[in-house]
Amino acid sequence: MALLEIENLSVEFPTRAGTVYAVEGMTMKLDQGEILGVVGESGSGKSMTMLALMGLVPFPGKIRADKLMFNGHNLLTISERERRKIIGKDVAMIFQEPTTSLNPCFTIGFQLAETLKFHEGMSSKQARNRAIELLEQVGIPAPEGRLKAFPHQLSGGMNQRVMIAMAIACNPKFLIADEPTTALDVTIQAQILNLLTSLQRDRNMAMVLITHNMGVVAETAHRMMVMYAGQIMEEATASDLFNRPQHPYTNALLAALPERAVGGRLATIPGVVPGLADRPKGCLFSPRCQFATDRCVAERPDLSLWQHGSLRCFYPLGDAEREQKIKTDHLIGAEANQ
Amino acid sequence: MTVQASTPTQSHEQMSAPPHPFREFWGYFSANKGAVAGLVFISILVFCILFADLIAPYGFSGSNTDIRLTPPVWQEGGSFAHILGTDAIGRDMFSRLIYGTRYSLAIGAMVVALSIIVGTTLGLVAGFARGMVETVILRVMDIILTLPSLLLALVIVAILGSGLYNAVIAVAVVILPHYVRLVRASVITETAKDYVTAARVAGAGRLRLMFREVLPNCLAPLIVQASLGMSTAILDTAALGFLGLGAQPPLPEWGTMLADAREFIGADYWWVVTLPGIAILLTVVAFNLLGDGLRDALDPKLKS
Amino acid sequence: MIRFIFTRLSLIIPTFIGLTLAAFFLIRLVPGDPIETLAGERGISPERHAQLLAEYGLDQPLIVQYGYYIQRLFHGDLGQSIVTNTSVWTEFKTLFPATLELAICAMIFALVIGLPAGVFAALRRNTIVDQGVMGGALIGYSMPIFWWGLLLIMLFSNTLGWTPVNGRISVMYFFEPVTGFMLIDSLLSGEEGAFASAASHLVLPAVVLGTVPLAVIARMTRSSMLEVLGEDYIRTARAKGLPAYRVIALHALRNALIPVVTVIGLQIGVLMTGAILTEYVFSWPGVGTWLLQAIMRRDYPVLQGGILLIGCMVMLINLLVDLAYSFINPRIRSSR
Repeated sequence: MALLEIENLSVEFPTRAGTVYAVEGMTMKLDQGEILGVVGESGSGKSMTMLALMGLVPFPGKIRADKLMFNGHNLLTISERERRKIIGKDVAMIFQEPTTSLNPCFTIGFQLAETLKFHEGMSSKQARNRAIELLEQVGIPAPEGRLKAFPHQLSGGMNQRVMIAMAIACNPKFLIADEPTTALDVTIQAQILNLLTSLQRDRNMAMVLITHNMGVVAETAHRMMVMYAGQIMEEATASDLFNRPQHPYTNALLAALPERAVGGRLATIPGVVPGLADRPKGCLFSPRCQFATDRCVAERPDLSLWQHGSLRCFYPLGDAEREQKIKTDHLIGAEANQ
Repeated sequence: MTVQASTPTQSHEQMSAPPHPFREFWGYFSANKGAVAGLVFISILVFCILFADLIAPYGFSGSNTDIRLTPPVWQEGGSFAHILGTDAIGRDMFSRLIYGTRYSLAIGAMVVALSIIVGTTLGLVAGFARGMVETVILRVMDIILTLPSLLLALVIVAILGSGLYNAVIAVAVVILPHYVRLVRASVITETAKDYVTAARVAGAGRLRLMFREVLPNCLAPLIVQASLGMSTAILDTAALGFLGLGAQPPLPEWGTMLADAREFIGADYWWVVTLPGIAILLTVVAFNLLGDGLRDALDPKLKS
Repeated sequence: MIRFIFTRLSLIIPTFIGLTLAAFFLIRLVPGDPIETLAGERGISPERHAQLLAEYGLDQPLIVQYGYYIQRLFHGDLGQSIVTNTSVWTEFKTLFPATLELAICAMIFALVIGLPAGVFAALRRNTIVDQGVMGGALIGYSMPIFWWGLLLIMLFSNTLGWTPVNGRISVMYFFEPVTGFMLIDSLLSGEEGAFASAASHLVLPAVVLGTVPLAVIARMTRSSMLEVLGEDYIRTARAKGLPAYRVIALHALRNALIPVVTVIGLQIGVLMTGAILTEYVFSWPGVGTWLLQAIMRRDYPVLQGGILLIGCMVMLINLLVDLAYSFINPRIRSSR
């Protein structure tokens, strides 16, 4: 049985203009020891999916799903009390901004020990010893002295290490890393990623690595998921996704990577992610897709299995009859569409 | 006002013209029900100031001991001749409250106006002159802020002698530091901006810079502070009146009316004590609501 | 930390000097010279006048006179009351505990109700509860407290007869002041019912004086709490699986209190203003009543000394609040 199963998850926000979907029709599975990379532009619902799982969707958001199972617990029907026993213990999360994610009024030691006392019932002394051990594991030098430090006295990289120590404190089965390196210096980014993958390997944790940087996940993730405007666009193994992208959006994202730039000019994707008001009726990517047809505008593709993975497109790039189909459905392209 | 239709044929300048500042302001402001209520109440009060002679059935002075302490109309013994009853020497409460707007509200407005004029000038001078002049002005303001506001007002009244106009000066001095600091801070942020440098480069004189470039840009916080300052001014003048050091009887200033009523808290003449206080409270609430609304409307960034 | 205290102190000194200047010149702004003022309405002969002028050093240049004034200050001489001929400092010393007791109780009342109300309103944002608390706070800080005092006396003392009207304790009880705080002294005296009497005298004035600070604290706590609840570290605390009460009462409130402490500091001056009015309404024998009488009787030395003492007190309390602020805000504590 998979560690995590999500079926048809939606996160909705009621607004004056009507319901806004931050996540829509999200379906995924995750096994123990697996690393899933989730990529997408800002606002594509990557983080919101994981916050929904943790029960941390900000007010007034609402969650709807057919299935939300973690490690045999049904997170949809579970009581708040039961959820708190899982959250922070079996599922842990680290965030983008390490410095603001740590409470400025409490010492590192206090914040680490708090988790240990609450979930593991440790005494202050036990928690302190374990905290030192954890800080050592995440590569913080002279950990004993750091216990009394406040977050503002440490660098961003150090704080992210503290966040990681806090997350792995109770030996979680599942670790969510929400853009863990975005706010850090480039030189630190690789260190933190290496730390995360080695911890993941040693403990055989499942891990979700959320990022908007394809390069970050390329070598790390086993499986990849590309999200756009709250929906999964494509899902495949990392090597398949990188070598044989099937969705035009994935393809465009990869083409936008600096290391793949051809002829000195960086490829871009025209237009912006649809806002709350101008959500297309058809395929969400159609306004920006250079292959969009009349069908794409009129009808929204389902997430369906295709070759090695699954994707949400009528015309997968690997399809031999693709050009013919596009022609039949009348190509309009991105420019004409706008 | 008509809605400007922006057709492609219009010139570039017209197209990019933002909505008229006042309309934009009114859009924010009118969404705030409390602020609108405050504004309506204040408008009624202003109407009372202007037409007190027409509204009030009686004058504010002149006693008639035969009808002293008549209760309000809905209570036993009350009559429609004096709908809110009469005070200890038979003066009509309703008329006195109406005339009171001229003393409480109009005096508050005078205080704020005086304080803004002096405060803005000092603030501009401090902001532009810098150096020694600035230090002296700011230190003096610090000292004013160190002393409890009413105590300082009392001391000033003690020196100048009691009375309505000395009370105005005293309270104006007390609320002065807010305006000085506000204007000076605005001057310093504004003068650092490029458009002031541009104006200076273009040869604008110092006075022109002060009044044409910088002052209009700190108007918004000044208006907000003025509205909130009104509530302080009304409360403090009423307090001085209550202590017998502000407006003197028989002027129907609301605080002074309360001072007269103090001896009646023991008896059953609740209206003599309650009504002037309610008038003060409602007026101050109205100005605070207005001030909050203005702040939100003029500075959407501050919206919580 | 030590440096932080010194920086604060160095900022206070110019204000203190300014305050002495203000107190010194105040008495000279009064029409007529100080001797005439001191002599009051009795009048004085020209010879005696000249003699006194020389005696007090008043024939010297102003700057020299100011020097004498400062010199006397450093010897603890704040002058004498014209009316009672007692030294200003002695009078202040005996009356101040009454004001302090009132102010402390008012502040406790404001905190005990204001903080939870603000937190509660923030947690129930945009509900009836929130609107109720904010509406109450609006009325609270718009309140003319002298009227509020009269209203409460009318209701609780006269109509219901629950509390006494004025003073600090019933005339039935008499004992030597030990601490100056009636609540403590009445307990020390061992007289039966003395404490209850002192407490019942204190309730209404404390409520009246605490009303405005209460409203301001509730408002500030709410907005500060709302801001903090949106912070990343609150999400982290919830992601740890901590119970809601711990997230709110520890992680959120600890941070939300930082700006609230500043506001409490600013309320000290407001509290003194309120004390003058409250003491007047309740005939509370404190510093406020004392100063008010000095003004009515044109007792300028008392006024001069009182301003100086109260100004210093406000500065001192502001300094303490600053220190408390740096104590609860680790970012200031260690970075300076």
